[in-house]
Amino acid sequence: MIVTNNSPMTPGVVAHRLPETVYAVNFRDSAPKLAPHEALVAADRCYFCHDAPCITACPTDIDIPLFIRQIATGTPMAAAKTILEQNILGGMCARVCPTEQLCEQSCVRELAEGKPVDIGRLQRFATDTLMEAGKHPFSRAVTTGKTVAVVGAGPAGLACAHRLAMKGHDVVIYDAHVKAGGLNEFGIATYKTTDDFAEREVEWLMKIGGISLRLGQKLGLDVTLADLQNRHDAVFLGMGLAGVNGLGLAGEDLAGVRDAVDFISDLRQSANKSGISIGRDVVVIGGGMTAIDAAVQAKLLGALNVTIVYRRSQADMSASQYEQSHAAGLGVNIIHNATPLELQGEGSVNSVRFAYTVHGAKGLEHTVDHFTLAADQVLKAIGQTLLGAPAELRLKNGKIETIGSGLTHVAGLWAGGDCTFGGDDLTVTAVAQGRDAAENIHSNLMA
Amino acid sequence: MADLSTIFAGIKSPNPFWLASAPPTDKEYNVRRAFEAGWGGVVWKTLGLEGPPVVNVNGPRYGAIWGADRRLLGLNNIELITDRPLEVNLQEIKSVKRDYKDRALVISLMVPCDEESWKEILHQIEDTEADGVELNFGCPHGMAERGMGSAVGQVPEYIEMVTRWVKQHSRMPCIVKLTPNIADIRKPAEAAKRGGADAVSLINTINSITSVNLDDFSPEPMIDGKGTHGGYCGPAVKPISLNMVAEIARNQETKDLPISGIGGITTWRDAAEFMSLGAGNVQVCTAAMTYGFKIVEEMISGLSDYLDKKSMSSTHALIGRAVPNVTDWQFLNLNYTTKAHIDQTACIGCGRCFAACEDTSHQAITMSDNRVFTVNDDECVACNLCVNVCPVQNCITMLELPIGTTDTRTNKKVAPYANWTEHPNNPSTKAAE
Repeated sequence: MIVTNNSPMTPGVVAHRLPETVYAVNFRDSAPKLAPHEALVAADRCYFCHDAPCITACPTDIDIPLFIRQIATGTPMAAAKTILEQNILGGMCARVCPTEQLCEQSCVRELAEGKPVDIGRLQRFATDTLMEAGKHPFSRAVTTGKTVAVVGAGPAGLACAHRLAMKGHDVVIYDAHVKAGGLNEFGIATYKTTDDFAEREVEWLMKIGGISLRLGQKLGLDVTLADLQNRHDAVFLGMGLAGVNGLGLAGEDLAGVRDAVDFISDLRQSANKSGISIGRDVVVIGGGMTAIDAAVQAKLLGALNVTIVYRRSQADMSASQYEQSHAAGLGVNIIHNATPLELQGEGSVNSVRFAYTVHGAKGLEHTVDHFTLAADQVLKAIGQTLLGAPAELRLKNGKIETIGSGLTHVAGLWAGGDCTFGGDDLTVTAVAQGRDAAENIHSNLMA
Repeated sequence: MADLSTIFAGIKSPNPFWLASAPPTDKEYNVRRAFEAGWGGVVWKTLGLEGPPVVNVNGPRYGAIWGADRRLLGLNNIELITDRPLEVNLQEIKSVKRDYKDRALVISLMVPCDEESWKEILHQIEDTEADGVELNFGCPHGMAERGMGSAVGQVPEYIEMVTRWVKQHSRMPCIVKLTPNIADIRKPAEAAKRGGADAVSLINTINSITSVNLDDFSPEPMIDGKGTHGGYCGPAVKPISLNMVAEIARNQETKDLPISGIGGITTWRDAAEFMSLGAGNVQVCTAAMTYGFKIVEEMISGLSDYLDKKSMSSTHALIGRAVPNVTDWQFLNLNYTTKAHIDQTACIGCGRCFAACEDTSHQAITMSDNRVFTVNDDECVACNLCVNVCPVQNCITMLELPIGTTDTRTNKKVAPYANWTEHPNNPSTKAAE
């Protein structure tokens, strides 16, 4: 065991701030699978609404009342199939979906009692039950002889590949990373998806057959779009957003300043959380889920002070209220309506100077009210951008424009997930887009 | 995937789930939507004779009782047979059947108790291409006072007579629907069989008053200050129906008579239970009226999963499977001994088992100062009450004492099978000596 004198008070960016045993507790499953009794009690609360609002609220249109009824009647495997028919990554979505903004927000029990049916955790109960049994409930149609290239092994690409494989097409997934899963593997807080769930889910998904995975293949570098178009009957792009926005401020290159997505990814890939270095005073800049995930985990690693600073109001934060409360409950301070002006320090960052903002005639304006936060570590979470989009594609707001069912302006080329315009950066939306594009590709190939 | 299709009294359907003759099957619009939702068959809402249709009340026609969280457990109704003209119903039946040839479509009938009326109605439905008829000898309200419905079903001789007329004047499979408002369900079933019925279906609704308005002092549902008994159905009547189905299934006279099980079927499990007790298929009404047609999806997936899990390739393997295990009390093994066992890891400490046992049973559960509840085997008679009142499923279970071990309540060793007929305390055993 490593013994250090480090504590949350230790200045600088250091590892081992907490007793070794605390890390396992901090990074354990934050909302584990319901026990069978809990699941029955939770399922019993569903009213089996007609044309249920929860289904409408789900981007993948999962038949929620049906799967909950199937849990209630003791058939969780059937429940899982109901979920997975619509959303092959239903297991991950059960863990990461902002259900309080989607299905659970629209639950009639929310209106009646302010306490919705626990849809997300019931979904996890069903999908975990099926995956623990090692079952894959789908089989492939007769081989069509057609092949499709899928770029990106994230939620959109995996959902697209699985649906295409089910329809009998052969699919090759190309991904730039060393592991499949995309943001499920690299971009989600550790405590939301423990025990290598993302990796296991990909393995389970691949059991459908007919999908091969080529890792370390970056589009435009290791493989070109023209290659893919020559080799395959159709191409689906689901490569996500590889670029990270910068602040464009003085001091951004100081030591201790890094992208939150890298921090989150390092944590996910590290078997030994205690070895991750974290600042004493951590400042996270941004207002989305990435900012929350970074801030919460900074706290769990033993940072003394963690502050999220967001340039707009609380109502504008894209992170859900549930996530904000979770962070606040752990002691993360959230400052709204403030924007960084300059990162200060010599060699390493030691503070960030901010200006408060107001909504003026020209949009967001700085006020003359400034303040400075001590910061030995700054995590930037101000959005990601599309990198390496093939030149022939038409972009809108920096993302690939599609014209329905994921079809791009280029014949034979589809796209979906975060790299396309119009999504809402959710796993579940990416799954829906990948799935729907697959259906469209299928009808095109079979026409 | 198990084969869910059934052939019931010669009528084919893709699954054993039929909608019972009732408001959900009153018109083409509903029946088409039911078939689209996946129901295997429909028994069209009861038709009467040509002429001015019956009239219904214009106030509430349903009353209900609820469990916790306002879950509907029992429904009663004072609705009559169809109140739409016969010719409209016939046209619609024909139209639906034309488009859903793979589904079962049976017509429920109720006409006055004379041969001409039955001959007439059978003639009129002939070219609808319906798959069969169901004789409504069950409805306990409104029509019974006019000599129909349960007024027929309560007199086995009438059942036999009408069934015989129907078989004489029609080649269609004939299902006789039985009323539970009788003393011994075997008698009407036997009568139906004697009359030539191809099957029976049961139960129709039970005479009931669901509640009383304590301000106006009238039964509910209240029609202008008055109420009348209605027909009770829904989950609450399931145990009554299960027993009646089993009685017919194990009765020597009727054991080969196909049974369509009706009474509170809400989930796949309810259906499987009815089928295991001898029902060749099931009919559903209250569940559809509570939750909509879509519930059939859970019934189909659940039954299919269950059959797969039990390695049963079709419903045939399930139908009647539990019938040999329905016996009379006197043949139960009196030496079979179990003791309640409380799983302390599952126990949430509510103490309901203690209250039940201490106050109303055998004082066989102890409660410690820190609310640990333990079974005292010396007192436990294995009555199962604690299991039934415990809110946590499987927290309290009954463990069997193996043969040869000592039951500390009686200080006797558990012996092999022996029943009441051979028990020393049985006076008739001694008389036989």
